[in-house]
Amino acid sequence: MLDFVQQLVSGIALGCVYGLIALGFVLIYKATEVVNFAQGDLMMLGGFFAFTFIGLMGLNYWIGFAGAVIAMALFGMLTERVIVRPILGYPQFSVIMVTIGLGYFLRSITGIIWGTDDFKIDTPFSQGVLRIGSLVLAHDKLSVIAATIILCALLYLFFNRTTLGTAMRASSENMLAAYYMGIPVKRVVSIVWAIAAAVATFAGVLLAPITFIHSNVGLVLGLKAFPAAVLGGFGSIPGAVVGGILIGVIESMAGFYLPQGWKDVAPYIVLLAVLLLKPEGIFGLHVRKKV
Amino acid sequence: MSYFRAENLSLHFGGLKAVDAVSFAVEKGEILSIIGPNGAGKSSIFNLISRIYPPTHGRIYFEDQDITQEPAYDIAKLGIARTFQNIELFENATVLANLLVGRHRHSTTQLWQELLFLPNVRAAEKMHRRRVEQVIEFLDLEPYREKLISGLPYGVRKVIELARALCTEPKLILLDEPSSGLNVEETEDMSFWIRDMKTELGMTVLMVEHDMTLVNRVSDRVIALNYGKVLAMGSPSEVQQHPDVVAAYLGA
Repeated sequence: MLDFVQQLVSGIALGCVYGLIALGFVLIYKATEVVNFAQGDLMMLGGFFAFTFIGLMGLNYWIGFAGAVIAMALFGMLTERVIVRPILGYPQFSVIMVTIGLGYFLRSITGIIWGTDDFKIDTPFSQGVLRIGSLVLAHDKLSVIAATIILCALLYLFFNRTTLGTAMRASSENMLAAYYMGIPVKRVVSIVWAIAAAVATFAGVLLAPITFIHSNVGLVLGLKAFPAAVLGGFGSIPGAVVGGILIGVIESMAGFYLPQGWKDVAPYIVLLAVLLLKPEGIFGLHVRKKV
Repeated sequence: MSYFRAENLSLHFGGLKAVDAVSFAVEKGEILSIIGPNGAGKSSIFNLISRIYPPTHGRIYFEDQDITQEPAYDIAKLGIARTFQNIELFENATVLANLLVGRHRHSTTQLWQELLFLPNVRAAEKMHRRRVEQVIEFLDLEPYREKLISGLPYGVRKVIELARALCTEPKLILLDEPSSGLNVEETEDMSFWIRDMKTELGMTVLMVEHDMTLVNRVSDRVIALNYGKVLAMGSPSEVQQHPDVVAAYLGA
């Protein structure tokens, strides 16, 4: 029983990271119908920014964290403006190739700038543990879960309560109509990219004590976050997080209870099963925009 | 100076002149209809005014301001609203949500105030909701408030799109074929509403329309277009009897 809870918590923590990356997939997909395959690499770059601020420049953890989030938000906007916007309207295939290319570029450039070693940053969550009876929960894992809950609550309020959030939902539903209600759609899309990159950075920094920072961390996690987004029903924000947690828990359980090797296969088996039985995903809408 | 003016407006796609040196003016409080056969350039003119396309030549003035270079999203802020021939609504939202998005240009509250749901945000919400309610009453949409757009019939959606345009409180409203797809009864309602928008709400109306009964019933003036050029301009009966217009429609 104790093992089970232990595995559950670390599964949820890992799943939250998948969920945060998947959230970025979904946000960008909803706003522009672009699948951003570089989402995991945005997370990786966010981790390197934090490493630079905290590890190299010696800034306070929280200041460095905030700095990385802000820097990545700007980077997300820049990416949208310079790389994605010019190619919008071309076939989906071209857009997807561009984001895959962006991922390669980011992995190589971080290798060139920071090198290919594993880096770590000292965080307030690196060492401590929480003991409940004989249950031992590491702070680094709990911090990921707590941050995910807070971020989701903030995003929920943002999308449902604020004018800008509503404008984003309107733009993703019908761009033309949004324009004529006075919504600056292009600016809104830039902000969506900023939010997606910022959310990915949260994942990247919180993950640093668990997996360390290296240039391929985003590729591996991005590959897991993608089925998370599909599992939740591509296009559903709560679905992305639930899908992420599901994948994380399955992976963690399979790693503990099943023979070696099942850990990496199990999430995909579940994904295939879900897609066979409920192709639109757990939270998916059947309704697709008519063009 | 006229209220709204298009000067020498042209839109060329390569060698095709969709709009060819068209000039016209709309006076304040007027209902002006643009008629013409398919492909005459009517909708292109609307798309130029609402800045979907930049014009090849020519300028557009509204309230003595040159709006030719304004970005599309600023058109609503200037007080110009439009409806679309093929209805562009937020399909997966309720009627009420669609109409509230129409209030976007009037929103003044700040992001942080909204996150904290301060009293001024609450007051603004109530005010917007009241305005929306007035439009709902004006267009008899009471039964549909909480319904999703995707489940509503075409005729109702058409009215909701008009309602959303009215929620922006425009000074000038562009209606792109308001009667297309409507039955006789619904077209009749539409013609009353268009008259009321002028007389009760003090709006100026620029309309593209095929249904000549509706055009005759509501228009103060009519412009006839063909092949991107103005054929005739004047009262509805003058334009319909104009020999060039008759030739364009009958192909004589």
